[in-house]
Amino acid sequence: MPVAVEIDNLVVRYGEKTAVDGLGLTVAAGTVTAVLGPNGAGKTTTVESCEGFRRPDSGRVRVLGLDPIADHDELMPRIGVMLQEGGAWSGVRAVEMLKYVATLHTHPLDIAMLVERLDLGSCGRTPYRRLSGGQKQRLSFALAIVGRPEIAFLDEPTTGLDPHGRREIWQVIRDLRDDGVTVVLTTHAMDEAEQLSDQVHVVSAGKVIASGTPDDLTEHHKKSLEDVFLELTAKPERS
Amino acid sequence: MSSYAPQPGSAPWPRKVLAHSRMEFKLLVRNGEQLLLALVIPLGILLLLGATGLGDRLPLGTGRPIDQAVPRVLALAILSSSFTSLAIATGFERRYGVIKRLGASPLSRTGLLAGKIGAVLIVQLIQLAVLMGTGLALGWKPVGGVEAVVGVILTVLCGTAAFASLGLLMAGVLRAEATLAAANLLYLLLLVGGAIMTPVDEYPSGMQSVVRLLPSAALANGLANSTVEGVIPWAAALSLALWAGVLGYLVSRTFRWD
Repeated sequence: MPVAVEIDNLVVRYGEKTAVDGLGLTVAAGTVTAVLGPNGAGKTTTVESCEGFRRPDSGRVRVLGLDPIADHDELMPRIGVMLQEGGAWSGVRAVEMLKYVATLHTHPLDIAMLVERLDLGSCGRTPYRRLSGGQKQRLSFALAIVGRPEIAFLDEPTTGLDPHGRREIWQVIRDLRDDGVTVVLTTHAMDEAEQLSDQVHVVSAGKVIASGTPDDLTEHHKKSLEDVFLELTAKPERS
Repeated sequence: MSSYAPQPGSAPWPRKVLAHSRMEFKLLVRNGEQLLLALVIPLGILLLLGATGLGDRLPLGTGRPIDQAVPRVLALAILSSSFTSLAIATGFERRYGVIKRLGASPLSRTGLLAGKIGAVLIVQLIQLAVLMGTGLALGWKPVGGVEAVVGVILTVLCGTAAFASLGLLMAGVLRAEATLAAANLLYLLLLVGGAIMTPVDEYPSGMQSVVRLLPSAALANGLANSTVEGVIPWAAALSLALWAGVLGYLVSRTFRWD
C-alpha cells in the first residue's frame, strides 16, 4: 500500500520546550490512522508539521511525497485540514464560509449534500460567533473535506459533539476511507480510535511509544484500548 | 464515482483572489466600526471643513479651503481603509485562526494578499465616489483634467501599497489587541502630526524635515498636488513606492500562517 505520510525522527521545539522529540511514523494511503496521546504529548504539533504550520528543528516530513513547507502551494489543494479550534471570521455565516472555501477548489463536494449530511442547514445563516460548539465543530469538519482532499487531517474531530453528531462524523470518516481518502486524526477518545482506526500510534512526550492496529494493541480485545493507553502513558509511581 | 472520492485541485488564481476580495468586502460592510473609520469619519470631517466655515479658519494650505480639504480628506480615507481597517481586520483574523485556516487552503500567500488588496480597492472606490461627490456638492473645483486623474490614481495605488504593507506588518508581529490599539493610535497621530490635513510648510520649521519624509505627507501632498495644481506628483509617488518596497519586504520576512 502506498505511503501517504512519512515522518522520520521529527523534532520540534518551542523555545526551551521540546514538543516533538524524535517522532517517527508512516500512514498508509486509504486508511484511517489515529494519533492518540495525553494532553501536551505533541499530537497537534506533529499534525501541524504535516500541514506546514511548524518548521521542524530536525527530521523529515513528507506528505504525498511533498515537503509541507517547501512545497506548500502544491500540497495545500491536495489536503484537507480541520483545526482544533477557530478558523472562521466571527461575522461569517456558516454556509457562506463553506461556499467560500469550496470556491478555492476545482471540484468541491456538493454544498447542499454536505450541509444536509452534517446537519448544518438549521444554522446555515447564523454568524460563526453565534454557533454552538458542536455546530462550529461540524462546520470545521465540512471545511476540511469540501475540497475532495486526498488526505484529511482532523484534529480532535468530535470534541464537543453530542452522541448523534459524533456518530454521524464517525460514519462520514468511514465513508471517506471507503472512497479512498486517507484520514489522519488526533483524539483523546479511546472508543473513537478503536472504532475508526486501521492503525493507532500512541504518542507520549513527543515520541511514538506504541503502534499497531486496535486489534494488535488490545491483544485481540482482551483489554480495552483505554487500558492499553493508561498502561503506556502511566506516570512512574513515586518511591 | 462515489461521493467523497478524492478530486483535489486549486481553482484558478484570479477566481480565488476574486472570491477572497468579495468575502472580505462583505464582512467589512457588516462591520459598523470599520465603516465608521472608512467612511463616516472622513465624510464628517469633509462636511465640517466644507459646510460650516471651519475650513476658512484652519491652515489647510493656500487657495480655496474646499479645494484643499477634499484631497486631504481623501488621503485620510485612504489611510483608514488601507492601513487602520486592514491592520485591525488582519490582526483579528490571526486571533480567530482565519489566517491559519486559509493557510491550509489552496489560496496561497500571494492570493491572500491580492485578495485583501482587492477588497481595500473596492472600499476605496466607494470612498472616492462618496467623498468626491460630496466635495463637488460643496463647491470643490479640481483642476488638471487627465493629469489630475492620473495623479490621483497613481498616488492612491502607491499609497495603498505603502499603508497596506504597514498594516500587514503590524498585524503580523503584534497581538490582535495590540494591533487594534496601535493602528488607531497611529491613525490619530498621522491625522494630527503626519501632514494629512495640514501641509508640511505649516509645521514648525524643526519638524518639517521629518514630517516631509512620512508616507502620510506624501499621500496627502500627492493628492493635493494632483487636484489643486493639476500635475502628476512623481516625487510623492516615488516616496510612497519606496515606503511600499521597504515595508513590503518586511511583510514578506515576517508573514506567517498561524
